[in-house]
Amino acid sequence: MIRLVRSNVGIAAAGLLGLALLIGLPFALDTYSLLQATLYVVFSILALSLAFIWGYGGILCFGHSAFFGLGAYAYAVAVINIGESTLPVLIALTLPALLAAALGYFMFYARISDVYVGVITLTVTLILYNVVNSTAGPQYHIGEAMLGGFNGMPNVPSLNIPFEPDDTLDPEGMFVVCMAALLIVYLGLHAVLRTRFGRVLVAVRENEQRVEFLGYDARLHKLVAFSIGGALAGLAGCLFTAWGNFVSPTAFSVVQSAQIIIWLMVGGAGTLVGPVIGAIAISWLTVEIGTQQVVNANMVLGAVLLVFVLLVPKGVVPMATERLLPWLRSLRRPMQAIRAPQLGSETAPQVARGGKA
Amino acid sequence: MTTPLIETRALSRHFGGVQAVRNVDFTLAEGELRCLIGPNGAGKSTFFKLITGQVKPSSGTVKFRGIDITTLQAHQIARLGIGIKTQVPSVFDGLSVRDNLWIAAARHKKGKAIARAVEAQVERLLLGAFADSAVGQLAHGQRQWVELGLVLCGEPNLILLDEPAAGMTEEERERTAELIQDVNRDHPLIVVEHDMSFIRRIARRITVFDRGAILMEGDVEEVFGNQAVRDVYLGKQAAA
Repeated sequence: MIRLVRSNVGIAAAGLLGLALLIGLPFALDTYSLLQATLYVVFSILALSLAFIWGYGGILCFGHSAFFGLGAYAYAVAVINIGESTLPVLIALTLPALLAAALGYFMFYARISDVYVGVITLTVTLILYNVVNSTAGPQYHIGEAMLGGFNGMPNVPSLNIPFEPDDTLDPEGMFVVCMAALLIVYLGLHAVLRTRFGRVLVAVRENEQRVEFLGYDARLHKLVAFSIGGALAGLAGCLFTAWGNFVSPTAFSVVQSAQIIIWLMVGGAGTLVGPVIGAIAISWLTVEIGTQQVVNANMVLGAVLLVFVLLVPKGVVPMATERLLPWLRSLRRPMQAIRAPQLGSETAPQVARGGKA
Repeated sequence: MTTPLIETRALSRHFGGVQAVRNVDFTLAEGELRCLIGPNGAGKSTFFKLITGQVKPSSGTVKFRGIDITTLQAHQIARLGIGIKTQVPSVFDGLSVRDNLWIAAARHKKGKAIARAVEAQVERLLLGAFADSAVGQLAHGQRQWVELGLVLCGEPNLILLDEPAAGMTEEERERTAELIQDVNRDHPLIVVEHDMSFIRRIARRITVFDRGAILMEGDVEEVFGNQAVRDVYLGKQAAA
């Protein structure tokens, strides 16, 4: 019971903080910083989409940018043709979800092993990258939208108020929409993880065979989770394109995929707050390093990844909740021993083996 | 004649040139507690895998209460009410004991009934002291019981236990034997076990496997007194 209240407190706090930022940041930041913040928020959604399928579903997707890129391009192509952003947003969610469902069907129903899931998703991203990269020239167009090959697609319209094509969002409006989307995704995923589907999904990550012995179809759970992850990555891609009014094949790049994985490793893949923190921290770091010439950004990122893999393999957030908090509590325990003797039993399970079971 | 709970006909499975199970005709009645014995590689575990759908037979059929389950998927067979405890405990190591049991109970229950079923198993298996600990942190014997709890939470019509007492202390074995007899009041069981004293404690009828086929079937005294059984199995164990 205490555990339930406590985990809810964490989520509620994160939700309130998000709400405060949603309302406060547009007033507090200048336009440049707000644009930057919007990008971090979009990346946070992308991080959450992978956190859900990898951290909770145990599906190791090395090519998550396939869904991100597909969402980004789907939005660009659709909004240029339709001239209004409402339907394109839905398309940018649906297409990646369908790709994920199709891929997932063949991968999970064929019961191929985790390593090959990684290889296949990586390959799909590479294929999409190369296909889009080679669409330079006027003959490659979808409707009115020129695909532009490696040059990408410039002048993609921003989001607009639903069904009011002339009423496009200003940077403040765009930030509010992205932040609201992040909040909905964050709270929504928490809600999903509370349902039977969510709990069984985590069980699939732990032991797929046992899940099947208990009568659940593990393949179906993975398929649905993978599709949700694909849709959310597509949403991030769509917001990314609308944010920069531009999309290029780098959205599909392996570097992009790797970056998402780094966010998760740094923040902690088995949580939802961690990937958001990781996405923001690493993106911020990348921008900061980019403003100077002394060290190469990729080298720093590589070093950061190495340090985390070796020293903090579970990521910052699990490290803080599983190690740091119990340690801090143990410092205070002598004083609190009488009032709260069981504090910390949740995060650091102490196996009580008093006598014979 | 009543329909048997499990009935296999000419069940065979080969892996390459190796006949793991061959022409097994096996019948189990409702309410029975059957022990399977046989030397390593006799096909007992493969036989379990054939019944639970983890492995598909090369030929032959498996019927559960008259329904042909030969070609069903593992989770579909589980839904019919066949629960299995595997040789190496198959549990959710990262989840707490309660969360483990919750997953099992939520398959066919809703709302408060899930929590009630979970608490009932926690109590029955004396898991209370570590019900909120991650299962991965428990001792081997305790994990075996958690797995048994998972199986029982599913309220199965048939329970398969593959070496339920392996790696347990003498005390734990004692308790597991009691538990099995208690469980058998409501559920039919098939138990694979190597420990002969354990078999003697719980067994009524025994089926002996040897090189993929059924060597003989009979009650405890018959089987232990049989010279062929002694040769293939008991003798070997005594020699080792």
